[in-house]
Amino acid sequence: MSRGGMLGRKVLFSLLTIFVVLVINFVLFRVLPGDPVRAVIGRNVKLSAEAQQTLREQFGLDKPIFPDQFLDTLGQWARGNLGISWSLRRPVAEILAAKLWNTLLLIGLGQVLSIVLGILLGLLAGWKRKTPFDVFALTFSLIAWATPTFWLGIILLAAGSTWLGLPTGGLVSPENVGKPLYTVLPDLARHLVLPTLTLTILYLGEYMLIMRSSILEVLSEDYILTAKAKGMTPWQVLWKHALKNAMLPIVTLIALNLGFTVSGAIYIETVFSYDGLGKLFQTALVKQDYPLLQGAFLLLAVSVIAANLLADVLYVLLDPRVKPT
Amino acid sequence: MLETWFLFQRNLSAFWRAFRRNRMGMAGAVLLLSAVLVALFAPLLSPYEPTTVIRDPSGRGLTFAPPSVHGPLGTDDAGRDVWTQLVYGARISLLVGFLAGLIAMFIGSLLGILAGYFGGWLDMLLMRVTDVLLVIPDLPLMLVLVATLRQMELKISPLVVLILVIGLLYWTSTARLVRSQVLSIKERQFVARARAIGAGHVHIIRKHIVPQILPLIVANTVLILSTAILVESGLAFLGLGDPTQPSWGTMLNFAFDRNAISNGAWWFYLPPGLAIVWVSLGCVLLGNVLEEMLNPRLTAHHLEGEASVRPAGEETLHE
Repeated sequence: MSRGGMLGRKVLFSLLTIFVVLVINFVLFRVLPGDPVRAVIGRNVKLSAEAQQTLREQFGLDKPIFPDQFLDTLGQWARGNLGISWSLRRPVAEILAAKLWNTLLLIGLGQVLSIVLGILLGLLAGWKRKTPFDVFALTFSLIAWATPTFWLGIILLAAGSTWLGLPTGGLVSPENVGKPLYTVLPDLARHLVLPTLTLTILYLGEYMLIMRSSILEVLSEDYILTAKAKGMTPWQVLWKHALKNAMLPIVTLIALNLGFTVSGAIYIETVFSYDGLGKLFQTALVKQDYPLLQGAFLLLAVSVIAANLLADVLYVLLDPRVKPT
Repeated sequence: MLETWFLFQRNLSAFWRAFRRNRMGMAGAVLLLSAVLVALFAPLLSPYEPTTVIRDPSGRGLTFAPPSVHGPLGTDDAGRDVWTQLVYGARISLLVGFLAGLIAMFIGSLLGILAGYFGGWLDMLLMRVTDVLLVIPDLPLMLVLVATLRQMELKISPLVVLILVIGLLYWTSTARLVRSQVLSIKERQFVARARAIGAGHVHIIRKHIVPQILPLIVANTVLILSTAILVESGLAFLGLGDPTQPSWGTMLNFAFDRNAISNGAWWFYLPPGLAIVWVSLGCVLLGNVLEEMLNPRLTAHHLEGEASVRPAGEETLHE
C-alpha cells in the first residue's frame, strides 16, 4: 500500500476513535441523574423553577438530545468550553491547562529514561542470550509486570524518604510553591527522583523484552551473517545493522504504552501527591466532581489518540517496506 | 461417549506429564493454588474476624502494633489484625479477579468465534472495536464508568460494579486470539468434510471448533486473570472498592490514606502488595506456559514479545 493511502487510513481511524470518545463522554454526561443545569451551576445552589427553565432554554436543554444537544455540546467542547468544576468553581479547561505541563514533565522523563535504558539492556540481554544477565533481565521484567504501580510507588516513597531523606510528595517544597519552576530547579529535581524512578522501573521491563526479542529476530537474518562474513566486528554488526532494524517494534510499543503511561501517572501522582493531571483525576473522583472528571478524561483520551497517530505516522515514514508515493 | 472420555483422560495425563517437567509452569501453579487455598480456608487460618479490634490489657485498641507486639503481621490503624485482613482479602481479590476474568473470557471467546467463523462485516466491526478499545486509555475510562455507575445510585455492590467494568473492558485480547485460531481451523479438512455431509453452523462450531480452541481459551483466561487482579487492586487503591469487604487493594488504600507510611507501619503496606505480586506472578507464569504448550502455532516463548504471539497470517488477512 502507498504511503499516502496508509497515512490517510490512520488519520481516519484516529478521527473515528476520537468520535467514539466524544460519544462516550456525552452519553455518560447525560446518563448522570439529576439535571444538566445543576451540573453547570453547581450542586448546592437553589434556583426557582422559572430561573431553571430559562437556563434550560439558554443551554438548549429543551431541544431533542440527538442531534441538537449532541452537536451543541460538541461545538462547546471544540471551543474549549468543558464546563465549570463543581469543587473548584473554575472553568475545567483552565484547571486542566495548568496541570498539563507537570504531568508531561513526569511522563516524559520516565518514558525517555525507560526507553533508553530498556533498549540498551534489551540489546545486551539478546546479545548475551542464555547467560545469567539474560535470565536476570527476563526475571526482572516478569516481576515488574506483576507489580502494581501504586504499590511500587508506596515502597519507594517509604524507602526514599526514610533512608535517603527525599521529599515525601508534591512538586516542590511548600516554601517554593507558586514560584516559577525554573527558579527552583534543584528542589524540583529532588521531588522528581522517586516518581520518575517508579515510572522508569515499571516501564523498563517491557521495552527491554521487546528489544530483546526483536534483536534476536534480526540476528537470525541472512544479512547479519553477510555482515559477519565481511569481517565486521560484533559491535559494528550490532550498531549498523541489528539496532536500526530492531528499533521498529519499539516505536509501536511506545505508542501502545501511552495509554498505560497515563494510568501510571494517575497512580504515581496520587501516591506522591504530585500536582498534575493524574492527581487531579483522582481528586475529581474522590470529590465526585463530574465536569472535571469528564474534562480530564476527554483531554487524556484525545492526547493518547493523537500521540498514537503520531507514532503510526512515524512508523510509516521509518518502515522501508512502505513505498513513498 | 465412553470413548471420548478415555481420549480426554489420556490427553490429560499426557499433558500433565509434560507440564510437570516445566519448572516455570509448576511454580506458577503453586503460587496460584496456594492463594486459592488461603482464600478458601481463611476462617481456619485466623482466630479473629477481619473486623475484630485487638485490645491491650487496659482495653484500648492496639493501633499500629508491630509484629513483635501482636500476631504474625501486627495491627492496622484501627487495631485490627493485619494477617486476618490479608487472608480474608484473598477472597475478595480472587473472587473479583475470577468473575471479571470469566466475563472477559466469555465475551472474548463468543465474539472471536463469531467473527472468525462468519467473517464479513461482523469481523470488520469486531476488529475496529478492538482497535478503538486498544487506543482509549483504559484506567481513565474505567474510572469515569465506575464513577457514573455509582452516581446512578443503582442498588448494586461496588464489587459487582468493579467486576462488570473490568470484565466488559478486557475481552479484546481474547477475542483477537480466538478469532485468529478459528480462521485457521475453519479452513481445515475436517470442517470442510463436516460441511459436505450437511452439518450446520452450530454443529460445526460446537463439535469441531470449540473443542479445538478450548485449551487455548483456558490458558488465555489465566493470563486475563492476572490483569483483572492487578486492575482490581488499582481501582480499589483509588477508593473504588467496597470498604466493608476489603480486598488487598482496599487494604493498601486504607494503609496509604491512614498514614501507615509516616508511622513506619511496613507490616500494613508490604503484605497486601506482596500478595498481589504473588498471585499475578503465578497467573503470568502459569498462563504463559499453558499457552506455550497448547498453542501449536506459538513457537517462541510468549515473553519474547508480542510479535511471536500473533499467528503469521493474521496481519495480511486483516489489512
